[in-house]
Amino acid sequence: MTISDLRNAAADSGAPSAPTAAAAAAGQPKAKRTWRSYSVYAGLALIFAYCLAPFYWMIVSSLRRTADIFDNTLLPAPFSLENYVKVFDGSTMFGQALLNSLIVAGTTTVFALVLGVFAAYAISRLNFRFKSVILGVIIATSMFPGISVVVPLLRLFTDIGWINTYQAMIVPNLSFAIPLAVWNLTTFMKQLPFDLEEAAMIDGCTKWQAFRKVLLPLAAPGVFTTAILTFIHSWNEFIIALSMINNPAVQTATVAISKFTGATEFQAPFGEQMAAGVIVTVPLVIMVLVFQRRIVEGLTAGAGK
Amino acid sequence: MTSTVPSPGAQTGTLQRTTPPRPATPRQSTTRRKRGNRSPGEGRMAAMLLSPTILVLALVIMYPLLSAVHQSLFRAESGLDADGFVSEVESFVGLANYADLFVGESGRRFLNAFANTTFFTVTTVFLETVLGLCMALAMNRAFRGRSFLRASILVPWAVPTAVSGLLWRWIFQSDGIANNLLGSEVLWTAEGNASKLAVIIAEVWKTAPFIGLLVLAGMQIIPAEVYEAAKIDGAGWWRQLGSITLPLVKPTLLVAVLFRMLDALRMFDLPFVLVGPGKESVETLSMLAWDESNQLRYGSASAFAVVLFLYVAVVAIVFVKVLGADVTGAKELKLMSKKSRTKATRTRDIADREIAEQKKAEATR
Repeated sequence: MTISDLRNAAADSGAPSAPTAAAAAAGQPKAKRTWRSYSVYAGLALIFAYCLAPFYWMIVSSLRRTADIFDNTLLPAPFSLENYVKVFDGSTMFGQALLNSLIVAGTTTVFALVLGVFAAYAISRLNFRFKSVILGVIIATSMFPGISVVVPLLRLFTDIGWINTYQAMIVPNLSFAIPLAVWNLTTFMKQLPFDLEEAAMIDGCTKWQAFRKVLLPLAAPGVFTTAILTFIHSWNEFIIALSMINNPAVQTATVAISKFTGATEFQAPFGEQMAAGVIVTVPLVIMVLVFQRRIVEGLTAGAGK
Repeated sequence: MTSTVPSPGAQTGTLQRTTPPRPATPRQSTTRRKRGNRSPGEGRMAAMLLSPTILVLALVIMYPLLSAVHQSLFRAESGLDADGFVSEVESFVGLANYADLFVGESGRRFLNAFANTTFFTVTTVFLETVLGLCMALAMNRAFRGRSFLRASILVPWAVPTAVSGLLWRWIFQSDGIANNLLGSEVLWTAEGNASKLAVIIAEVWKTAPFIGLLVLAGMQIIPAEVYEAAKIDGAGWWRQLGSITLPLVKPTLLVAVLFRMLDALRMFDLPFVLVGPGKESVETLSMLAWDESNQLRYGSASAFAVVLFLYVAVVAIVFVKVLGADVTGAKELKLMSKKSRTKATRTRDIADREIAEQKKAEATR
């Protein structure tokens, strides 16, 4: 079965499987009910396979030896870590690329969060003119195409000698990280009750104290969710890092793996590429597994208004 | 109750939506001041808190935009100097870079990239939306294994696009698993329609679950009573889908589709890694602009970037103005102040019932 088959099947089974609960509540015959619940589970299994099969194939391929990389067995046989050893053997500087990614994504996240917390506090708590205009502008900037930032900044950074530096990636990254952070934090802070801060202020706190001692601790989960989302977006960033960096010692992991090349064009080191891909993705997948509830909350609050 | 019990995470999402909006500002909950009065200190504080964000955004968004417009009016005539840098000789050519979008070889390339960008956007967003809706419908009725499923649905979203490009390049190798399973010998990652299809499949794989997730969140706030009422009135499953589910998830869906469209319009990483730069059949506007700036033709690169920006802006405006996608939550803000004015405190249950009644009325109309 191919991926597209799976997809078609998912599309087919998704629709009829939905009314199960309605049918069950209507007290339909038991046979029909079990058939329907069976079809729900079939649909869910298809969604599950659809989401994970390509990723599974990446993992399996990364665990094969170079000699049997074109095998199509569902499990690697024989099992081998050869590709992972090769990825880190030094010639590709992949370890350095991972560190670069961590530095760039981490710094971007910290900057975006600090600015975002202040902006979100102002938008969610203070009353001032042009509030919705400002929020609108900030959100509109998140729709800005990356290339429209990259082309002019590439020129500017060439002139001021920023090419091949971390700040050449971090500063443009803020163009998508700040709107994301402001949006998420604003949505989150709006949901927090104002009563507690008000009580604190009646008890003699200044606005700043109420913000720091009452709101910020309450908003910590929202800040954390925003941090995860911003980090994932920055970690996955590609076009800025690709354009601003041509020194392998500074490039980020996503760019580094796209540039893994073999001896000839027709001999791409797929095993190593898959291993590197798994290494880049696994931290994100672990984050997703651990914080999935928060991430879903953040995504649906931010984009699913 | 016909609907499923939402998992805890989903439930918080539900609560967020159905909780009656709280007063956003102190003056709405106190009688000390009247609505609309602003203390000067508050405005100053807001300006102080917002200025760093505005400043940085001006630097990374406004400056590049203006600079791109400016650069698009110039053309480097003599190319490279002896050191391999751009020569300083740049002449003002007015709108010539834009005029060239439609004539000659560069014009042909631009129109091709424009067509590709539009084609990818329309096809991928359409497929994503249909698939995402189906996924959400299936998941909305699931009792067990939901959090497990939700985690798996987040995996394609979390995989970096560049990595997913590599992954699908491997799957679509001439002797790879796709051809093996299909029993075909298609060159997916070379040129032609097969590579277009490869890009579409890879893109839809990554983003359909995301739409499913958003739509699911929208579905879970529909009160079960609405469906019960519809059932009593004799509405079948299709009728319920068409008259309740779809109209009520429409706001969520519109915003999700808008965001996906804007994302698809700037598509770069996936075709770049999956098929490669400079391939006619998958070259998008972003890739074309990137390639031009790589050739140090900043003038035309900027013109492409400006055109793409305008394209994105037009799509966004059409969505917000014509289709009424409520992106900023502006409607909610208005609703908030209106409600808090009429009733300062209101329990969630009453609000819930009211919403349910409204929706019921809508559904049975």
